Parts: sequence; C-alpha cells; structure tokens
Amino acid sequence: MENFEYANPTTVKEALSLLTAGAEVLAGGTDLLSLMKDDVHKPKRLVNIKNIKALGGIAKTGGNIRIGATVTLDELASNQLIRAAYPSLVQAALGVTSPQIRNMGTVGGDLCQRPRCWYFRSGNGLLNKSLVENGENKYHAIFGSGSAHFVSASSLGPALVALGATVKIAGADGKTKDVPAGQFFKAPAAEGEREITLASNEIVTEILVPAPPTKNATYEVRHKQALDWPLATASVALRMAGTKVTSASITLGHVGPTPVRATEAEKMLVGQTITADSAEKAGAAAVAGAQPLSQNAYKVQLAKVAVKRALLTAAGVKAV
Amino acid sequence: MADYKWPPMDKRRVMGKRIARLDGPMKSSGRAKYPSDMNRSDLLFGALLTSPHAHAKVTGIDLTAAKAIKGVTAIRVISGPGTEIQWAGTEVAAVSAVTEEIARDAVKAIKVTYEVLPHLVKEDNLAKVGARAKAAGEQVTGDPDKAFAEAEAKTAGDYGIPVITHCCLEPHGSVVAWGKDKIDFWPSTQAVSTVGGDLAKMLELPATQVHVDCQYMGGGFGAKFPADRWGAEAARLSKESGGRPVKMFLDRATELTIAGVRPSHFAKIKVAGKKDGTITGWQSESWATGGIGGGGMAPLPYVFTNIPNRRMNHTQVSLNTGPARAWRAPNHPQASFLTCAAITDFADAIKMDPYEVFFKNAAVSARPETYRKQLAKAAELIDWKKKYTHGAQKTGTLRRGLGIGIATWGGAGHASKCKITIHPDGTVEVELGSQDIGTATRTCITQVAAETLGLPMSGVKVKLGDNSYPPSGPSGGSTTIGGVSSSTRKAAVNALEKLFEKVAPSLGVTPDQLEADDSRVVVKGNPAKAMSWKQACQKMGPTPISEMGENEPRTAAREGLNTQGASGIQMAEVEVDIETGVVRIIEVVAVQDCGLVVNPKTAESQVAGAMIMSVCSALMEERITDQTTGRVLNADMEFYKLAGLPDVGKLTVHMDITPEHDARGIIGLGEPCAIGGIAAIANAAANALGVRVPMVPLTPERVLAALANRRNA
Repeated sequence: MENFEYANPTTVKEALSLLTAGAEVLAGGTDLLSLMKDDVHKPKRLVNIKNIKALGGIAKTGGNIRIGATVTLDELASNQLIRAAYPSLVQAALGVTSPQIRNMGTVGGDLCQRPRCWYFRSGNGLLNKSLVENGENKYHAIFGSGSAHFVSASSLGPALVALGATVKIAGADGKTKDVPAGQFFKAPAAEGEREITLASNEIVTEILVPAPPTKNATYEVRHKQALDWPLATASVALRMAGTKVTSASITLGHVGPTPVRATEAEKMLVGQTITADSAEKAGAAAVAGAQPLSQNAYKVQLAKVAVKRALLTAAGVKAV
Repeated sequence: MADYKWPPMDKRRVMGKRIARLDGPMKSSGRAKYPSDMNRSDLLFGALLTSPHAHAKVTGIDLTAAKAIKGVTAIRVISGPGTEIQWAGTEVAAVSAVTEEIARDAVKAIKVTYEVLPHLVKEDNLAKVGARAKAAGEQVTGDPDKAFAEAEAKTAGDYGIPVITHCCLEPHGSVVAWGKDKIDFWPSTQAVSTVGGDLAKMLELPATQVHVDCQYMGGGFGAKFPADRWGAEAARLSKESGGRPVKMFLDRATELTIAGVRPSHFAKIKVAGKKDGTITGWQSESWATGGIGGGGMAPLPYVFTNIPNRRMNHTQVSLNTGPARAWRAPNHPQASFLTCAAITDFADAIKMDPYEVFFKNAAVSARPETYRKQLAKAAELIDWKKKYTHGAQKTGTLRRGLGIGIATWGGAGHASKCKITIHPDGTVEVELGSQDIGTATRTCITQVAAETLGLPMSGVKVKLGDNSYPPSGPSGGSTTIGGVSSSTRKAAVNALEKLFEKVAPSLGVTPDQLEADDSRVVVKGNPAKAMSWKQACQKMGPTPISEMGENEPRTAAREGLNTQGASGIQMAEVEVDIETGVVRIIEVVAVQDCGLVVNPKTAESQVAGAMIMSVCSALMEERITDQTTGRVLNADMEFYKLAGLPDVGKLTVHMDITPEHDARGIIGLGEPCAIGGIAAIANAAANALGVRVPMVPLTPERVLAALANRRNA
C-alpha cells in the first residue's frame, strides 16, 4: 500500500472539490482497501463520504424509492420499504453472506467495486485476454465483450437493472445526472478504462428505484453458502395482469463484464404464465448467445437455472 | 518399580471427564498472546521480497534505493545472484524496519533481475508433464493378471485430489531478538523443544543460546516444525539491528504459496472381485506432486492392505511450486479417498450396498472386528439402512446420497519428559517442553496430573511452551497426547512416592500403604487415617519435591500407558442440486477410537475440527496455479475457499470409548479423524448423483461435467 491523504468532507460539494487527480472515493472500504493492499489501486487521496448525511437514508420520493449511496447492504436488506416491494434487492444483499461486509459495504460501493478477476487483482490488467483465455477462467465471463472476460462483481447491479433503477451522479461542475442502471455498467475497450460510467471526479449520490409494483426476485448460484462470489445470478422483475406476464425484465449477473439483459427471454414471456416449463424456456433463451471460455461452459447451465429459479420465485412458485 | 498403570476406568475422577479447555476463555477473549501478538516497544518489522517467477536464476540485486529509505534497519540478501529459484514465492531478500509500512516499501524498492527459465506448475494431466515425470517403481503381490482375468466383476476409474495448503489461521513466523548472551525466539511452532536447536543450527550457534517461548499458536497441521528460513533471517536482521526484536510473519499470499502444501494424488484404479462383494484384485497407476521434490505414493490400497492380488505403479511429478510439508495425516486422506472411491464404485457396479462391501472386505484389513463394529455404529447413527438407495434409483432435482470413508493411523506417544514439583505449601507445578497446538494438551496434562495426585484441576499448574522445560517431542503424527500423558503420569507417581516417604512416619505406616485421593493422603483401606494434602506437603520441610517422568517410545508399549493403532469410520449424507452441481452437507458422522480417552469433550472437538477440514477439502479447497505466470492465483481467503458455518452441516462425533479400547492405553487422535471424511463426502455425492465425480473438490463444474458425461455415455 502506498501512502495517501485522507479527507473527511461533510457535504457532496466539498467531497467533489477534493476529488482531484489521483483521489478516490472511500465508502465502506471493503473492496478499496484490499485493492490498495495489493497495489492495484494507489490513490493519492481518499475522500471518505460516509460523513455526508445527504448520501444516506432510504425514502419514498415521488414515484420512486430513493436509496442513498452510503446506505449499507444491511440497512438495505432490513428496510421495510425495500422488504415490502423489492425482494430482489433484499435477496441480492443477503447473498453477501457476511454480516461484517453487509455492515460496512454500501449500495454505491457495491456498484463501483472492481472486478474480482484474479489476473486483474495480481497486477496483470483488466483486459489481459491472452492470460485469461489460455489460463484459469472458470470464474470468468460467458458473455465476454472484446478483451473483457472479467465479470462484473456487483451484487445489486442485476436487480437494479431489472427493476429499471436510475443511478444519480454528482459531477465536479456541481451538476447531477441520471444514468439508467443498465447504462451505468460498461465493458471497457482499453486498459485503464473503468467498467462503470463514473468519472474519477464524480460521486454516485443515490439510486432511484421506480415504485410501480412488480413481482421481482434474485437467484444466486454460489459454490459456498458462506461468503462467496456468485457463479451466476439472475434478477427478474415482472409486471402481471392476473397470471399473465405483461412485461418482463431479466438481468444476469456474474456472467459478463456488465450485468447482461436477456431481451429474448423477456419478449418470450410476454403473455405467458410463469410455470416450470415457461421459466425453463426463458432460461434457455437467456443463455442462447453465451460464448464460454475453455473452463466455464458450466456457467451457461448455472445462468440458465438462475433465470428459471428467479422467475419461479418471483411468481411465487416453488423453485426447487 | 513404581506402578504407573492408569487407574481403572470406573475409578477415574478427572481423566475421562468432559472438561472444557482451560485456556478457552483466554483464547476467546483475546487475552491469550500468540507469537504474532508480541509487540514489544522496541519491535522492528520484517518483510520478505519473494520471487515472482516459478523458475528463474537471479542475475542481480540492487539494494541502493531500499537502503536509502529512512527507518530501514537492515537488509539481507537470501537468494543472491546465481541462485536458481524453483518456485514462485521463494525468499530473495529480507528487510527490517521501524514500521511494517517502511519494511514493505523497502522490499518494493529492491531491484532484482532474473533470467527466467521454463516452468511447470500443473500435474493433473500426466500426459502433459513430460520429463518432469519420474517412475517410482512397481509393487506386485500375488497374481493380479490372473485375478483380473478370472474376476466375476471388474471396475476401472480415474480419481484425483489436488494440492491443498495448510492455510494456518496464524501464518508462519516469529519474533526474534538477538541478545548479547542469548537469542529470544517466539515462534508460532509445533515443536517447542526442537525448534530452538533448529534455529541455532541455521545460525551456527550453540543450541544453548536459543530460548524458545510459544504459549499459544494459531494452527500448524504439520507445517510448523522448523525454524524456517524466515525465522533465521529475522534473527540475523535482529543482530544487524543491534539486537532489537524483529517480527517476521508471512503475509497471507506468501503463507498460501510457500509455507507448505499437502501433495496431490491422482490414480487410475482397477478393482476385481466376486459378485458377492469380495475384492480379489487391485491395480493402480498413480501420480503425485508435492512441488519440486515430486510426491511419493500414498499407502494404496488403503486399509484393505491384504487384497490378495495387487499391482501398484507410481510416478512422481516435479513441479515449480511451493514444497510439501506434513499435512494432518500425511498421505492418508488422499489414500483413503482413492481407495474408498474405487471400492464404492465396485460396489455400485455389482449393485451391492457399499456398506456390505466395506463390511465384507474389512477381512483384508489389519483390524476386521474393529472396523465392522465401527461401520455398524456409524450406520446406526446416520440411519444408513433406512436411507440408502442405489444411485440409479434417485429422482428429483435435490438428490441425497450416503458414503463411507475409512481411516487408520499409528499415534503412539513421542519421547517426552515431564518434571513435577510439589512445593511445601501444597502447590504443584508440571513442566514440559511441549506445546498446545489447539488440541487442549494443557487441559489434558492437567487432568492426568490432577488424577494421579488426587487433586482437583485447580490444584495443578501446567507450564508448557518453553524449551527450558524438560524436552518433549514435536506435535506431529498424533504423538503428543500419548507422550505427554505418560510422562506426566510417571512424574506424578514418582513425586507422590517421594511425598509418601515423608508422610508415612506421621501416619505410622510404610509409604507403599499410602494413596492420594480427594486432596488427601490416605492409608489404603482405612480412609479415616489420612491427612490433608496441605498437611502432608508440610511434612517435606522447606525443600520442594521435584521428580521427572519419561515416556520412552521403545518401552512405552510394554508399560501400557500409550500404544498405537487407531481406526475410524466416517459416513456422510449430502444433498446435490443436479441443476447447479452444488453439493450441500446434510450430516457427517465419525466413529473414532483412540484407546483411553483423557477428555471426551476436547477429543470430540478435535474430531469435529477434522471433519470441518474434510468438508473443506471435499467440497472447496484447491490450490489453483497459472501455467503462464507460474503463480498461485488463489493465494487469498477469497478464492482459496474454505467452508463457513452454513457449509458444514450437522457433525456427529462418536468416540469409540469401550473397556477394550481403554485397556490399550492412550493413542493419538489428531490424524486419524482427519482422514476418512473426504472419501465419505465424495462417495455420498457419487451415490446421490448415480455417477462418480472423479476429482475433489466437488465444485459445481466438476459435478455438472460428471452428470453430462453420464448423459453422453
């Protein structure tokens, strides 16, 4: 770890002014500190945003639920507004099966955390195509993009994308912008580019989740039941008319450098009732375009099952 | 000669009782100070520079920039120019500094140039290891060709168990202070009485100059016997820093890369037998690696050693990876997994319940009756007969299965000396140069001393962890409990004899008419004629009584205090999600004998710990190396996966405590209970799936691949 300055602002404005070149935002620190210890990130300054009151809290605002960026995963999973309407978020947060990390890790941090690719974490870059393709890629992407074979590490990302959430970002010029969750994540085209559309002088301030009720669920396949990164995740949000689906939103996690929207599967479900059969078919459609690497074809099956089980769970049908 | 034999089972007051470990509150509250907790005010921090290359020659080292860093007190080159490095993580240089941060900065500032050489870090595919394979010979017994030609049934299978590491919670390391007359050494060690001599030898000093102190240590599992290069370098850094203590512990990545591994073991195994389940032939072609030195053959066939016709071929594979060290029951978990998997597959092929096949073939083991009784007990505990169905009959998404694993181990007590001092005020000290590596050795020694002296646990103070006490062997091979209990028993009996000599005249009897019981010295057969322990001790005058006791392995079996030969059966029930390949433990049952059990509670705890290690190894644990970079990719606690509480399932431990086992004396427990669990879990998954997953750990990709292979077959 390199030496760094530590700044402790209490307003977003102050925080933004501190985010000069080489500075990084510190929230829960559950990812950033390990990146620093491994010399993958070498920030000159850490800007702690946990003392900025405006970035906390969960509340109804207009047609949305507003989730502050520094809300912890534990706060999210135990909040009554969230529990009542967004089981997919609760399930995703509880998928981080470490109370310590849920107590420290924040919603904003979950979206901004770096990939867990072991080549990246050992200093070989994020887009080291040759190492990944010729090496140990069982945890890598089945929906890769160019040289990006890593998988997005975000636990909440797939659920937020499926729910049609918006990420609010404050920039250095004092202006804020709303980025749809689906566009917040991106596959970098060149080494050094980030996998999110957040500039180094910007801060995620809040997440807005639309209020109209949907049936939603997240299903994670993990090797371990204790703390472990998912091998595949699916988050779904369904609008229903009676037992029929009027619109479906399905997003896969941990299978690509971004959460992956399964549009074919979504279309297929419109007008359908969710049954083991329709869910199975949707799962198959969701992974139709997968391009596994030498060691991770099994993740195609896992993603398919995750979609099926998330759909059944959302519809209130026993998934297993 | 004094009568040292253990008191009869029904007469024991303290031994055999379920006593919680004495240092439990110290450990759980953080008051117990481990070597890595040593923080003296003048402490310096040591850090290692290690090789990023798996195979390379050092061509140059430039220390200039590192030396210029303020706060650096010493820098040492360990692998100088010309050194050929054989695995990534090899120690190249060491630095001491006033803070850990400065030490690490200085390590980064050292510039090393290497000539990179070709490496090999993978051995799972024997066809790809080329010249790194070395035939280790063939062993033939009986006529295997004939046995296979004439067999009613034959099976063949491929099996593999990868390299895993020890992953000690407290990493390897020590604090060392090079003083004027002596070196103070606080290592995290399994070998208090020998590690000082080891350090002295590396430093070319007399052994008398090294004082070792290790009161607690955070796990060794066989990897923490030597003083190690990093211990010696810490000492030299201390010397070069004017004798200030240097703390040098491996970081997690280095710990998982160079501090020891359990060798892998792969085998193609063929089994021949009769349709009634009798196994008549065994053939195995195995290979293994434990790093650059290759890997020897595990004891195959395991336990069923007297299968009449056998042929074993083995190949050692040399890799550019961190070296092997003893890993709790060296080579036995691998042998148990390979053997029990092959036998279970044979049972499946002839459509017999594997329980029956294990039961029948116990005939070709060294202890048929013990294994049969243990099989029956384990089956009763897991409800085998009611639950077992053949794998092919199972349906549904979540499928349950049962499996068996078997274990054998020696476990005779090591050489140990104990000194017991009875003070005139009645207080008692017990001193041994032994160590409590987490197994409750302190508690068990206290029980033995208290039992023998007729005192409560609180009447005895046990001192360990210091090499100025009488020597005891290292804690390896399940030798400690037998060794230290026997030496303590003998020292206590000897001390009592001396005390009785002093007391007898006052009670008007001869010393041999006295016994110690319930904090009193009593005339045998006349409980009214007695004096309190305290009064008795006052009779000795001002000089304490101090007596030695010794366990000498060559004569121990004759004396009957400890012996060897432990057997164990573990059974597992698992549930496999056939859509995801995720395996969940429902229950693991262990039936384990270890002779006379000093403390059933801590013994059960030790077995439970071993079962958890088996769950890790069966389901998750695996060192993953990268052939391109030559490095370990998962040298962390994130992708070097270990079970958490939700992964463990129900653990049922049955200590096989019987008068027959008790009469054998004490036998070690640490190893035998860490052997059969992997086989039991892997076999349970095979039963649940109706197909063998050839390699552990049972990861989702391996389980799904096995299912796909069956569909394609």
